Amino acid sequence: MSLAVPSLKVGLSRDDLMMRAGVLVLAGVLLVMVGLPLWALLAKGFEDRDGKFIGLANYISYFSTPALFQSALNSLQVASITTVIVVPLAFLYAYALTRTVLPMRWLFQGISLIPIFAPSLLPGLALIYLFGTQGFLKVLLGGGSIYGIDGIVIAQVFYCFPHATLILTTALATADARLYEAADVLGTSKRRVFFTVTLPGAKYGLISAALVVFTLVMTDFGIAKVIGGNFNVLATDVYKKVIGQQDFSMGAVVGMVLLAPAALAFLVDRLVQRKQVALLTARAVPLVPRPKFARDLFFTLFCLLVSAAILAILGMAIWGSLIKYWPYNLSLTLDNYDFAKFDSNGWDSYWNSVRMALGAAVFGTVLMFTGAWLNEKTRGFGAMRGVVQLLAFLPMAVPGLVLGLGYIFFFNAPNNPLNFLYATMGILVLNTVAHFYTVGHLTATTALKQIDPEFEAVSASLKVPVWKTFARVTAPICLPAILDIAIYLFVNAMTTVSSVIFLYAPDTKLASVAAVNIEEAGTTAAAAALCVVIVLTSAAVKAAHLVADRFLFARLQVWRRR
Amino acid sequence: MTNYLEVRNLSKRFGDFSALGDVSLDVVEGEFVCFLGPSGCGKTTLLRAIAGLDPQTSGTIRQKGRDVSALPPAQRDFGIVFQSYALFPNLTVADNVGYGLVNRRQNRGAIARRVAELLAMVGLPDAGPKYPAQLSGGQQQRVALARALATSPGLLLLDEPLSALDARVRLRLRHEIKALQRTLGVTTIMVTHDQEEALTMADRIVVMNQGAIEQVGTPQEIYRRPATAFVADFVGSMNFLAGTLMAPDRVRVAGVDFACPVQDGLAPGQKVSLCIRPEDVRVRDLPADIVNRVPVEVAELDFVGAFCRATLKARAAAEVAVTADFSSNLIRDLGVDIGTKLDIALPPDRLRVFA
Repeated sequence: MSLAVPSLKVGLSRDDLMMRAGVLVLAGVLLVMVGLPLWALLAKGFEDRDGKFIGLANYISYFSTPALFQSALNSLQVASITTVIVVPLAFLYAYALTRTVLPMRWLFQGISLIPIFAPSLLPGLALIYLFGTQGFLKVLLGGGSIYGIDGIVIAQVFYCFPHATLILTTALATADARLYEAADVLGTSKRRVFFTVTLPGAKYGLISAALVVFTLVMTDFGIAKVIGGNFNVLATDVYKKVIGQQDFSMGAVVGMVLLAPAALAFLVDRLVQRKQVALLTARAVPLVPRPKFARDLFFTLFCLLVSAAILAILGMAIWGSLIKYWPYNLSLTLDNYDFAKFDSNGWDSYWNSVRMALGAAVFGTVLMFTGAWLNEKTRGFGAMRGVVQLLAFLPMAVPGLVLGLGYIFFFNAPNNPLNFLYATMGILVLNTVAHFYTVGHLTATTALKQIDPEFEAVSASLKVPVWKTFARVTAPICLPAILDIAIYLFVNAMTTVSSVIFLYAPDTKLASVAAVNIEEAGTTAAAAALCVVIVLTSAAVKAAHLVADRFLFARLQVWRRR
Repeated sequence: MTNYLEVRNLSKRFGDFSALGDVSLDVVEGEFVCFLGPSGCGKTTLLRAIAGLDPQTSGTIRQKGRDVSALPPAQRDFGIVFQSYALFPNLTVADNVGYGLVNRRQNRGAIARRVAELLAMVGLPDAGPKYPAQLSGGQQQRVALARALATSPGLLLLDEPLSALDARVRLRLRHEIKALQRTLGVTTIMVTHDQEEALTMADRIVVMNQGAIEQVGTPQEIYRRPATAFVADFVGSMNFLAGTLMAPDRVRVAGVDFACPVQDGLAPGQKVSLCIRPEDVRVRDLPADIVNRVPVEVAELDFVGAFCRATLKARAAAEVAVTADFSSNLIRDLGVDIGTKLDIALPPDRLRVFA
């Protein structure tokens, strides 16, 4: 039905025009950073080595090569086993942190986060020291070998543990005490309360944690590279195809195969999250655990055990990096930290990493926060904002290795005007920001949704340009979230291997990549030393953030005090 | 008197849902107008369309003779106060109030003087260096008011400004806002769902329901002569007696005819409601020949504080009940109690008839 009344054509203010232009620029930037590289990767899979279109031939050849197909099954196997081990372990740990009276809770929480600050190859290296051909606990394996599926799984458990614990801690922290009181009053047994109240409340967290762990293992490259031995997985296949055999088309195909489960896991997670309604209403009473000796003792011991395992792996890597000649000369030395002896870049790769991480933190934070603000606050322009939203969510579903591969195809194309970026620090920064875009975008969006939606209306009525309110009010209020994004980017840029391994040039090699190279050359100690330096740097930055948050920003944000 | 604001045939649709249907309205310069209605009636939608925050689907708005229908908010002339205050939490009270002034390239001294003047005006002369979080809700809303008035806008828009406040603070702010508005003479539109607020503050009330205007009038008109059954029911208390229109000035209820004002728009034989407010029911000193006399019995007596609300059942037809407000004096003088039999009268000039 069409009515005769003409629809009103709304005029645009200078603010509206500026913000729409901003959204357009953002969409363009995200297209270059995410959309087009993925498109280039997709297209590459349908070409032969000379760039001729050959349809599905590559895919057919992939699935009819048993060795390659086996890798896909291997990846699924490792991911499934790790998920089955990590999720219950992380659930118990998170339960201990949130639902029991744990002495020195903050310490246990801190220890559980340590693996986040390490490149994924660190646990692999530590396991080599412990159980490798010359490992001092090798006897425990009784003739078995750590190289292969066992080693991968153990290292993956270490690497994925903090991610699952973080998600489950959040899920378990939001509980309504009244539900437990009601169950108590009705005389429900502890067992039944656990299965009818606790577990359903954490259901979405459990699903989310399982999907995250599964995806992490599927897409991780460093661990399988270091300790996989002859056990091939998808991620190492991509690397071998591209770096070893220079077969880019086949690399693209394996990348697409790798993308499928990650994208699927992401989609399932989104669907599940959408179903999750606020379990915790504003009137809920937070649950404060009361002391109970037997339970608390059990969980304290459990946390001690897990923490000890984490510290043992980290400690092994540190110790190994300080030893002169494993296992024959155990005297301590700093020689392994003289990286020039093992890699022509020496300490330069470390400084490259720091520069790259700083660049990603600054550029990424500005882009993510401003972008989220533009997308939240622009009036109208729905279609374009939808495009931005999609491009901002896409990276979460894309493994780093796959994105890195897409970058080669897109930026290295001779007819691409952005070709000059190839093999520069710029492309590493761009790639890292793109790889970790979704979490930063979500953090910024959440922070923006929490502030009064009428600030822009008030500014408009007072004839103050909207960017001025952004600079004077919105950004300062969101400072904590902005810092969170910056630290998140810095730490991930320091530790990432997978997305940048294809993109560095001789003079822009990063520490994490150098560690992979050094390990490949057989010098475990120096590789461990480089990993230790990375851990120390990212952990120090995080610690500085916590201290700054507590003292400096408390002073800057007096206005929060009542 | 000139029209400051002219709203013509304004409609707003969200998909299939019509939030505003063909609304037209004039607001006179210097007037205090309240949009009153239940939640979801379209009052806030209308206010936000006038501000340009959520533009209408069709229709025109003229402000001071200028067509602003398609202008973005920044190009319209208004100040606005929200229920949430929307104060900038990281700026001091003085910076909040001066927020719109800084942009006008005035010198610091002039801005400081204007801010001090505004803060004195809203009764918070010393609040300047504080942050919003250190103030009470009522104080924050005064700051928001000062900020909205700082640039001397031609139109002040208040979106449920008192709804988030305690009853006591709300009562005091009601008077202060009204007094301030009268002093400044600024044309003001306030959205509220609180009829008492609208009755005490407004020069004119616009009662809205389901995206349409039900009635526009002074508080007295709205209360005394509600134009529709909805207005009669929404504003104040009202008895609704089901009856039939027998003649233009006669309504039959339960077999008894009542004299009422002449009804032009209704046809005899039509089903109608005969309405009277509880306080208009007469009990004392009824002359012998008074019309619309009804013998009743007191069925319930609810103590409300200053008076009692009595439920009276007609002795001839127990299914017909009327509530009436009895003062404490009356109850004492006439010895009213549950079961008391007495006569009441429904004054014809106080009766309203709705189809």
